[in-house]
Amino acid sequence: MRILPFAISAILTGGLVFALNKQWGSIPPMGKFLSPQQGFWQNAEPANKSFDADLKFPDLKGKAEVYFDDRLVPHVFAEKDEDLYFIQGYLHAKFRLFQIDLQTKAAAGRASEIAGPKAINFDKEQRRLGMLFAAENAMKEIEKDEQSKSLFTAYTNGINAYIGSMKEADMPIEYKLLNLKPEKWSNLRTALLLKMMAKMLSSGTESDLAMTNAKAMFMPDELKNLYPQVPDSLVPIVPKGTAFVQPGIKPIPPASADSIYLSRKDIATAREIDKPDPGNGSNNWVVAGSKTQSGAPILCNDPHLELSLPSIWYEMQLVTPTSNVYGVSLPGSPFVIIGFNDSIAWGVTNSQRDVKDYYEIKFKDKSKKEYWFNGAWTNSTQRVEEIKVKGGKTVYDTVAYTVFGPVMYDENFQGAANEGKGRNLAVRWTAHDPSNEGMAVYHLNRAKNYDEYVNAIKDFTCPGQNFVFASKSGDIAIWQQGRFPARWDRQGLYIMPGEDSSYMWQGFIPQTENPHAKNPERGFLQSANQRPADSTYPYFIPGSYITARGITIENRLAAMSGITVNDMMALHGNYFNTLAEDARTVLLKYTKETELNVDEKKYLEVFRNWDLQASPDSKGQTVYSLWRFALEDTIWGDDFAGMPNKDDWPETQTLFEYMLRDSAMKFADDIRTPARETLYDMVTGAFKKAAGQLNAREKEGLEWYKFNQPGVYHIMDKSKKDLLPFARAGLHVGGWGDIVNAVKGSHGPSWRMIVQMSSPTEAYGVYPGGQSGNPGSRFYDNYLDQWVQGKYNKLWFMRDGDRTDKNVKWVMKFKGE
Amino acid sequence: MKFLTAIILTALLSFISGLFLPWWGIAIVALAIAAMIHQKPGKAFLAGFLGVFLLWAGLAWWIDMKNNSVLSHKVAALLPLGGNSFAIIAVTGFIGGLVGGLAALSGSFLRASKTN
Repeated sequence: MRILPFAISAILTGGLVFALNKQWGSIPPMGKFLSPQQGFWQNAEPANKSFDADLKFPDLKGKAEVYFDDRLVPHVFAEKDEDLYFIQGYLHAKFRLFQIDLQTKAAAGRASEIAGPKAINFDKEQRRLGMLFAAENAMKEIEKDEQSKSLFTAYTNGINAYIGSMKEADMPIEYKLLNLKPEKWSNLRTALLLKMMAKMLSSGTESDLAMTNAKAMFMPDELKNLYPQVPDSLVPIVPKGTAFVQPGIKPIPPASADSIYLSRKDIATAREIDKPDPGNGSNNWVVAGSKTQSGAPILCNDPHLELSLPSIWYEMQLVTPTSNVYGVSLPGSPFVIIGFNDSIAWGVTNSQRDVKDYYEIKFKDKSKKEYWFNGAWTNSTQRVEEIKVKGGKTVYDTVAYTVFGPVMYDENFQGAANEGKGRNLAVRWTAHDPSNEGMAVYHLNRAKNYDEYVNAIKDFTCPGQNFVFASKSGDIAIWQQGRFPARWDRQGLYIMPGEDSSYMWQGFIPQTENPHAKNPERGFLQSANQRPADSTYPYFIPGSYITARGITIENRLAAMSGITVNDMMALHGNYFNTLAEDARTVLLKYTKETELNVDEKKYLEVFRNWDLQASPDSKGQTVYSLWRFALEDTIWGDDFAGMPNKDDWPETQTLFEYMLRDSAMKFADDIRTPARETLYDMVTGAFKKAAGQLNAREKEGLEWYKFNQPGVYHIMDKSKKDLLPFARAGLHVGGWGDIVNAVKGSHGPSWRMIVQMSSPTEAYGVYPGGQSGNPGSRFYDNYLDQWVQGKYNKLWFMRDGDRTDKNVKWVMKFKGE
Repeated sequence: MKFLTAIILTALLSFISGLFLPWWGIAIVALAIAAMIHQKPGKAFLAGFLGVFLLWAGLAWWIDMKNNSVLSHKVAALLPLGGNSFAIIAVTGFIGGLVGGLAALSGSFLRASKTN
């Protein structure tokens, strides 16, 4: 009677296997996951792993080799462009597959497929913003041109070649943790990656919803003080005094602008769910040979983005018989985005220009099939978005498209706001317009001089960037390039009426009139997200500008001569707090020292004697920061009760400039109290509050890095708590968003590059991560410590004759048949 | 002798199955070995358990050593194992072993019920 014991044990065995093969909640199938031959152990890369390979793919047209140096940077040598980008795709997939998959799914509003129901509203907002719509338009443009289509398709084929050849055991660990499989790539997904960058850099540079609320709360002259267009201390990108040509287009405000637009007091009901980090920005600068020790120009760039593991950047070199470029690429897209070639170097910072506006739509009825436009009911286009949800039912969301663009917010969706009846808001965003930024970058990769650089970038429309430039022949230049709407004064600051065409954009600023400069007398140019020009520029150009870093960089560069690469490294690491220099004067002035107790006086002395450096161990920076947070809370908190999101409050820059200008500043008064407070009350009160916080943290130490908490987290870990073993937290770095060394929490210089245009080119770079996206690889985060210490890697610009150089550690050979 | 043979064969064939089959191939192997090498159920279970335990823990340990414990340390921190590499190797062996043991147990009854 052994049948019964057999049945029982067999059922137990089967049950156990079943349980270990199934995902329970967030726990992956443990049998699969722990299997040494299939599971996570297969991602534990041997320290002495060889990356040599001999690969054959029918898509390849010729032979190609990839030479890896000891930092796992691939130097790709191909005979043809198509093969070059095929291999770039292959490498992006081999080393960063999960990253490109996750990022483009999020961009497309497909996060719910991975994260479940909690991501539904995020996905809805992505779809309604028209991310997929924008990508589809971009893809049409990409595939319109023969050359463009073949290059992008080669890139896609390369990624799919890797995915196709990958065994299940070789899948990245994140797939094993999530119990998911990677999805095939397409040109659309490349377009989505490019639109992800467009959103990151040009979707939060307007604050139309918040400003509409501010308009409801304040008088026009108050608004001008709270949100000035041109800060007092602005150091513009285009040197002051540069003459601008007469504007090629002069937009005219509609007759109704004063009555139904500027004076209207309705609040914006909607609120964005996912607004890009206001700190997204960067520094770049270039110094001419007249100011350098070597006599050759030096170009520098450090883009500021969310710091993640793996990094948003992937370092590589791309070589064909007719082109040779080195720099960082964006996994998910072909080409080198920031870098240098034989003749030129370039870098980018975000223009911060406002290229997104909202228009209020009047629908005929709930079906949203018709809207009122130019005196008649006009048909909208209906787009049904299908949102698949992990562990839940598919959600359907109907979005109406109008002549302006998609109606992002309507009575079915108000974003993060859950207030009853909401306004219907259509969004007009330049990212929706057809363009091919990729090919602009392709040409920039091959540009040999100033004219070719200008020609290459003139088709780069969104997101607008400040392209800094240097050439071996000695030219330096900067160009704020993008497609920017020509606005009448204050057009687009607030939600605009959308019932006729009178508030639509009347045209774009002619490309040649974009702010730019070339070979200035003073021998340097810089951009750090500040307003590109002073008020003499003949257009209304709102944006989310950051002023302080540009001031610091300008002052440093103006004072320097005989500049070396080491000087530039020092400038990248500069912790000087320009804003605090002015702020300190005004803060000390308004502190009623007689009202302070012993502890508080102690902290005041720390602040008074502070060297104005936001260095990691600085206590002065901590005192200053807590004080200004408290001051902003107390000065604005009462007046902005209707706008609870602090990101929408006036800039710190604005506050201190206002206080410097006006000692009787009315906002000092707390409107919630019967008494009339003054700046003395506010500043002293804020200081006492900060002192209390400092006291409470005295034991752990008041060093700035403990408050800034710099860290780099896994791309899947938005909460910064769930995947800590894959992160690197508690980094000993200082900084802040308005400091040149702009490290702020998990945000900061995602790549630091210095290129001296000597012969041969001398280039240095570092990013806080590693070339491999595999947490089990020794190349996952091996550059991080150097980045923390302000050290750089020397970039190896390989040439044909270097193929047998001893610096080559591994070789991948590719051929077609 | 049978005991030792069962352990070694279970380990070896499980390894080979891992080259072609998903992870649960170890169950098929352990069951088959126990059906062919007749032992008392308790011993069969132990042989199946040890065979897969030694294979899985052994492979994991070997991989871990070449990897300098970089990943095991992280995964052991993700799971409630306090970041202990040794613990995750042990758990790996244990889970595999449990499956192998139960499958072998079943196999031993199969053999017995055949002769009945």
